[in-house]
Amino acid sequence: MSKPRVATTSLCGCFGCHMSLLDIDERILQLAEIVEFDKSPINDHKDFTQRCTVGLIEGGCANAENVHVLRRFREMCDVLVSVGDCATTGGIPALRNLVPLEECLEEAYVKGPSVHNPSRRIPDDPEIPLLLDKVYPAHEVVKIDYHLPGCPPSADTLWEALNALLSGKPLALPYALLKYD
Amino acid sequence: MTLSVDGVVREACQSVGHDPTRLMDVARAVQARLGGVPPAAIDAIHHQLHVSRAQVLGLVSFYAFLDETPGARHVIRVCDDVVDRLAGHARVARAFSDELGIPIGGTTADGTFALQRTACIGMSDQAPAALVGDVVVTDLSAERARQVVAELRAHGDPQRLVKRLGDGNNAHPLVRAMVRNNIRQAGPIVMSEHKRGEALRKCAALSPVEVIRAVKTARLRGRGGAGFPTGIKWEMARAAPGARKFVLCNADEGEPGTFKDRVLLTEWPDRVFAGMTIAGYAIGAREGVLYLRAEYAYLRAFLEDVLARRRSDGLLGRDVPRRGFEFDIRIQMGAGAYVCGEESALIESCEGRRGDPRNRPPFPAQRGYLGCPTVVNNVETLCCVTRILEAGSAAFSVLGSRQSAGTKLLSISGDVSRPGVYEVPFGTPIQDVLALCGGRDATALQVGGPSGRMVGPADFERTICYDDVATGGALVVFDSSRNPLEIAHAYMEFFEDESCGYCTPCRVGNVLLRRGLEKVLAGRGEPADLEQFEQIARTMKASSRCGLGQTSFNPVLTSLQSFRYQYETLVAEAPHGRRRGFDLDSATAEATRLRAVAAEGGRS
Repeated sequence: MSKPRVATTSLCGCFGCHMSLLDIDERILQLAEIVEFDKSPINDHKDFTQRCTVGLIEGGCANAENVHVLRRFREMCDVLVSVGDCATTGGIPALRNLVPLEECLEEAYVKGPSVHNPSRRIPDDPEIPLLLDKVYPAHEVVKIDYHLPGCPPSADTLWEALNALLSGKPLALPYALLKYD
Repeated sequence: MTLSVDGVVREACQSVGHDPTRLMDVARAVQARLGGVPPAAIDAIHHQLHVSRAQVLGLVSFYAFLDETPGARHVIRVCDDVVDRLAGHARVARAFSDELGIPIGGTTADGTFALQRTACIGMSDQAPAALVGDVVVTDLSAERARQVVAELRAHGDPQRLVKRLGDGNNAHPLVRAMVRNNIRQAGPIVMSEHKRGEALRKCAALSPVEVIRAVKTARLRGRGGAGFPTGIKWEMARAAPGARKFVLCNADEGEPGTFKDRVLLTEWPDRVFAGMTIAGYAIGAREGVLYLRAEYAYLRAFLEDVLARRRSDGLLGRDVPRRGFEFDIRIQMGAGAYVCGEESALIESCEGRRGDPRNRPPFPAQRGYLGCPTVVNNVETLCCVTRILEAGSAAFSVLGSRQSAGTKLLSISGDVSRPGVYEVPFGTPIQDVLALCGGRDATALQVGGPSGRMVGPADFERTICYDDVATGGALVVFDSSRNPLEIAHAYMEFFEDESCGYCTPCRVGNVLLRRGLEKVLAGRGEPADLEQFEQIARTMKASSRCGLGQTSFNPVLTSLQSFRYQYETLVAEAPHGRRRGFDLDSATAEATRLRAVAAEGGRS
């Protein structure tokens, strides 16, 4: 039987959840034995090579590209997991949801006290993905099967969750791995 | 005339003896004189009443009828309850708006008029309605709205808007309102003939314990909706230690679609006050407070007069109801907050604070108003008490059903030919009630207001009583042209507005449900959304602090139960695991617009 394939991505996140995944330390060798990584920043594969068992989503959707990537993950993965608070709720980036988009851009590129931008031009190259009106949690854009809370979820949480998912066993995370206060 | 803020505040503070728990009265008095409670007044109140600035500001910002910025000379509050919407509220609001040249929420440049929306003002049987200051204007049309503005511009006296006086005491010199009672069916208990003083005479012949026993024998349960046995509540308060106890009458009927207490206060105020006096005697209280909702301010002078006459006739004051006892009543005005109908929020409000509900225990009967044992009873409950003393427990308990003795007042409005107040025995089937009020084409029925339940024809055989379909009295009828989901949506907007915001399940849950409904109504819902509604409702019920959050999901939950097929025709699974609620084009529309503007070299 071939190894289950895992894909990961960071949408509008800080890569902290991916760093947390790397925090499983030497267990990464074990992980490499039981799974094959497909599209992921960890191996720098830019696109899917085939259908995957599990997709891990870090970050919510802030721009059109995030949406395309997330939809692609939904198409290519059997199980999608929102990893961390940004994917689950929008997180810190969603703070901009309280401010109209135009004001956000003005503040970032024109009016902000530390901005030096003599042309007063807001970046508008067609290559730059269009921003969404607000930051959406992943499950508002596609169907998400599981949510792993935490900022970031700890390495142990990720490890336990992945193991449960790949072995088909029920996931019973001890309280200490889900307590964030 | 210029008014000195300090002078106004000083006068207001003196009028309540500098009692900090009377902050509400002070704020209301200042608002009445200055048109608002501006920062300078908040400062002055803080100094003179020795309460923190935060408490004053907290109070002023909490209540709909108090403003931080001095408002206009005439504040027009258009009622936008669901029943008013059915009756043409939109046309009326637009007419006011056009005529004044301001949107809802606006103030005219000259500061003469402010136009606001307000939740149900207790006039659903004569909707659309509005308040002009304290004056109630009913049966509005677009044309009438324009006349109202024209007349106010011409003479500036809201009272002169009242052309034809209503029936009964609505025409009393101290009321002079155009409000109609609309008593469609009087009954043997609450809306029966009242012999003033008789209940108190009979009460005086009994000991307090015997009075409680009479109420228990009659099997009287609270008429506000929850149905707690009144006698047990009284016993608890009587048994609670404390030299000072209180009787509070909850006349804050804010449940949209309810107006029965308005009629009781207009036509049977003596019965209400007698009930309070009896309650005071039973629990050992010497003081009573009638908490009157701000929307019924037009009844205040009349009620004060009734109290004055009771004092001079020996029905209030010393040696009432018999030698060695005394009882008196004051009226506490509210300031426009639905949540204050919840008894612990009502107590907070009486003490001059925001209407934030309290944690229980302790229950009000143990520690209520000013920390003293307190019973809070509904207006109708107290009328029942008076009747029980007048006619005896048996005459009361013989009516109704097994668990629900006596009669119930129903405030019926919506798509019926005879809206108004009906007194029916408990156990009356819903379909009989519909036949009475002329709701022939009824397809949905909101029983007990938005916090109650929405029922469909399948439930019309069920009966009005505590064990079947319980209700505080509101019954709003919708005919086949109405969409239950839209009704539920309107009620969720109401709850979102009225949640005090203290606890998260209620503050957030109401918003999630309202948005979820919008999604479903827009045809973007999925079956999972319906499951989520139920899940949110469960969370709110289990973890909200007071009755508001524990019931405010009911418009969604009960319409989902009664009209599930209507929801199901609107939801569908999305292809490719996508969410129907998310549309990339509309989510990027603003960014696209901004780029187009930038490309033209201009700024938007």
